[in-house]
Amino acid sequence: MNPMNYVILAAILFSIGSAAVLLRRNAIVAFMGVELMLNAANLALVAFSRIHGELNGQIMAFFVMVVAAAEVVVGLAIIIAVFRARQSISLDEPAELKG
Amino acid sequence: MQSLIWLAIALPLASAAVLLLAGRRADAWGHWVGVAASGAAFLVGFFALIEMLGKPAEERALDTTLYTFIPGSDLQVDVGLLADPLSITFVLLITFVGTLIHVYSVAYMEHDKDRRRFFAYLNLFVAAMLLLVLADSYLLLFVGWEGVGLASYLLIGFWNHKPEYATAANKAFVVNRIGDIGLIIAMGIMFTTFGALDFATVGQLAGNASTTTLTAIGLALLLAACGKSAQFPLQSWLGDAMAGPTPVSALIHAATMVTAGVYLIVRSAPIFNGAPDAQVVVAIVGAITLTLGALIGMAKDDIKKALAASTMSQIGYMMLAAGLGPIGYAFAIFHLVTHGFFKAGMFLGAGSVMHAMNDQVDMRRFGALKGAMVVTWVTFGLGWLAILGVPPFSGFWSKDKIIESAFVGEGWQPWVFGLTALIGAGLTAFYMSRLFFMTFHGKARWTDEVHPHESPALMTVPMIILAVGSAFLGLFLAVGDRFSHFLEPVTGHVEHHEPVLPVPVIMAATLILVAAGAVFAWLKYGRAEVAEEAPAGSLATITARNDFFQDSVNRAVFQRPGQHVTRTLVYADAAIVDGAVNKQARGWASIGEASRKVQNGQVRSYAATMLVGLVIVVAVIVVGGL
Repeated sequence: MNPMNYVILAAILFSIGSAAVLLRRNAIVAFMGVELMLNAANLALVAFSRIHGELNGQIMAFFVMVVAAAEVVVGLAIIIAVFRARQSISLDEPAELKG
Repeated sequence: MQSLIWLAIALPLASAAVLLLAGRRADAWGHWVGVAASGAAFLVGFFALIEMLGKPAEERALDTTLYTFIPGSDLQVDVGLLADPLSITFVLLITFVGTLIHVYSVAYMEHDKDRRRFFAYLNLFVAAMLLLVLADSYLLLFVGWEGVGLASYLLIGFWNHKPEYATAANKAFVVNRIGDIGLIIAMGIMFTTFGALDFATVGQLAGNASTTTLTAIGLALLLAACGKSAQFPLQSWLGDAMAGPTPVSALIHAATMVTAGVYLIVRSAPIFNGAPDAQVVVAIVGAITLTLGALIGMAKDDIKKALAASTMSQIGYMMLAAGLGPIGYAFAIFHLVTHGFFKAGMFLGAGSVMHAMNDQVDMRRFGALKGAMVVTWVTFGLGWLAILGVPPFSGFWSKDKIIESAFVGEGWQPWVFGLTALIGAGLTAFYMSRLFFMTFHGKARWTDEVHPHESPALMTVPMIILAVGSAFLGLFLAVGDRFSHFLEPVTGHVEHHEPVLPVPVIMAATLILVAAGAVFAWLKYGRAEVAEEAPAGSLATITARNDFFQDSVNRAVFQRPGQHVTRTLVYADAAIVDGAVNKQARGWASIGEASRKVQNGQVRSYAATMLVGLVIVVAVIVVGGL
């Protein structure tokens, strides 16, 4: 099977994830979109690893997983803190940084 | 003692510092410290004179370098003091008259709560004036020059709670600054021409410079002298300077500081000797001022302002003499010394009169004071005889010599200068006699509440000493031309020149004019009734009473156009310079305002921006083939 198909699948998954981040107001769903984008990147890395016949891409994918796990912990903690403060996890409501 | 002459400057300076820093706790004894410092400075000068007289004439000048003020390769300025016959003459005049006036002030300022501050300023003045005359370079002279200007400003405005007194102080300061520019310009030309500013080098090299350069330096120095010595056209400040306490008027605005211009001209003799045109201008300025001052003095009813006009006129005589060249230098200084005595004496007399008359100055409300104040009357009378030039009193010996010298020369000059000086003597006799008779003779025209009384001994003793000087100093110094020979190392030896008229004729004409002036004044102000209110007077009287409208002229010619220029400049500054900067700042602000909209606080739009940015970066990489 052509390894390029995995790359295309990764691109599709990335697009879906970014669409979720950009279009959904719910912070949890947007967060899922972020995870999807990370995993799309992982898939692309593993596919490149296979294409080039090296292990670098796979090692990089492990790093991404570790970072993603940490990011999930921090991100969910922030979402819970925001929910406690505002009784809402809408992404559009907090706009204190408006210039 | 000659090498220790710096002590004469240091002592009053230290005393001024002590008095100013010690504050109120020195109120009780501060004035005696001031008197002691001034007296000590006199003793230093006196012993220096004794040492100087013990040496042969050509070795009398002693230049001591204290330290290097500006070390440099091109410009090296040493702080050095030059004690020669000319400067020691000034040192003795300043410290002797100064000490007497210090003593007088102890009593005169007794009821002033700021007496200590007054003495601090007086000491500061003495120190600065001594620095001015002892300096051995123009730059150091300039330090003293500014120092006396500062002291004069502080003392004119001593009672600055009265706004018009504070204004008078400002006026004196501003007019003096105009003169100072002249001195700065002169120093600039000297430095580019000679590469040095000390008297010795400038004097040596002056002979090599072109006449044009020397004339330029001479005229710039004359501007400086006009500012400090209240000579035409910078004379307007002296009348208002009478706002200061009377001892200040006596010391600074009669006897010493205002004569600094004459000192500057005489000290710069090597420059003026090479610039005949500048000399003629000096003499013309002197002639104009002596006439102007005399005419103003004839119309003033304020005793201090009449004396101020007289000072202006007498300094005009000195300037005229200084403008005559080597023949007049010694006489200019001679007249300066005798004038210092009799004018200081008369100012102190005027102060004594004011003391007795509740600080009134209007001579139309004086009269018949000779009975109430015998000592003041006699001492003032001696000063009056001296300034008139009645033989054998001091003024005769000095002023007569100036008139004689003014008649020496060729062409139109001796006639113009000589006749001006001659007529000036008659005018002097008239206005001084008018002042004397209006104050001490005639009927009493006192206001109801005054009770004239003689002043205390602390005031009368200095007046008596100055009156003795007014009477005999001229004779003492004139015997065998003693004073002229003493100054010869500085002013140069002069062959005797014959005036265009025989000397006895000049002397007789002078005495006749003086007698006529005095008799006329007696008829008009001694014997006849004097109106208590000033009569309207003719156009000439009004003109003289208003100082020849000098203030109006200055206002119309300098102040108004100056204000227009500054207003235009302020407008240009606001519209063009500030305008450009402000417009630019407003432009940046509106750019910021516009770009602020991007920061909408929406997390998702930030994310979209990041995505777009990422896509662009990737597109660039892919398309650019990187």
